[in-house]
Amino acid sequence: MSLTAKDMSVVKAFWGKIGSKADDIGAEAFGRMLTVYPQTKTYFSHWADLSPGSAQVKKHAKVIIGAVSDAVAHIDDLPTALSQLSEVHASKLRVDPANFKILAHNIIVAAAMYFPADFTPEVHVSLDKFLQNLAWCLAERYR
Amino acid sequence: MVEWSDAEHSAISEVWGKLHIDEIGPQALGRLLIVYPWTQRYFGSFGDLSSAAAILGNPKVSSHGKVVLGALDKAVKNLENIKATYSNLSQLHCDKLNVDPDNFRLLADCLTIVVGIKLGASFSPQVQCTWQKLMAVVAAALSSRYF
Repeated sequence: MSLTAKDMSVVKAFWGKIGSKADDIGAEAFGRMLTVYPQTKTYFSHWADLSPGSAQVKKHAKVIIGAVSDAVAHIDDLPTALSQLSEVHASKLRVDPANFKILAHNIIVAAAMYFPADFTPEVHVSLDKFLQNLAWCLAERYR
Repeated sequence: MVEWSDAEHSAISEVWGKLHIDEIGPQALGRLLIVYPWTQRYFGSFGDLSSAAAILGNPKVSSHGKVVLGALDKAVKNLENIKATYSNLSQLHCDKLNVDPDNFRLLADCLTIVVGIKLGASFSPQVQCTWQKLMAVVAAALSSRYF
């Protein structure tokens, strides 16, 4: 399900609208993922505090959403843009790729809640496709 | 047997009390058909589903959205016994309509998003957790005839 030119422009426009709220959305999404899908906590068992508002959660969420923003900026060549991150996830972090879908769902929930009027069904489908493509590129180096 | 704590009971009541079936149902079903277009295969008799605008304006989509949420109301009012409550619905979806059970999860995700949009900040992570538990239980009950 590759991204059409329309998907790319819709995602870029929506992400532009999100602007500085990206960090809040990231924190919200990551916190919700850990709460609603407790099995995802296994990757962070070395952290002291896994509650949604914790400093560690917020800090790491910023890293993640920063990478997503970067992917938006390079939306016309995601495989190249995500190549290094894919290597890290495959060889070092070894996150089960099924979890990318889980985080994507929570990014969508958070984005929808922060921008209810802008998160139309058209934006929804394009963002869903974008996150799916991002996940696919992130899993590229796994095997 | 699914167990619900007092906190979960009251979280679900509170969320449900804030929702209008007639509003949420059509929105969720509309999003399902737009975001996951392969689900349109189950609605061949609904007429024009050719664009997002057509889907959102389609009266059959709207009316069926209300039917779906009406059924969810039964689950909300029978939390201790969702599997039995949905026995006939499961037969219908599995044996007659032959719906791929993964679609129940897709609709549940669309519902979660629509509810999140409606409730805003009061849809906290803990409330989302309880709501998604309800969604998972309902999906399992609907799929039960397949197993």
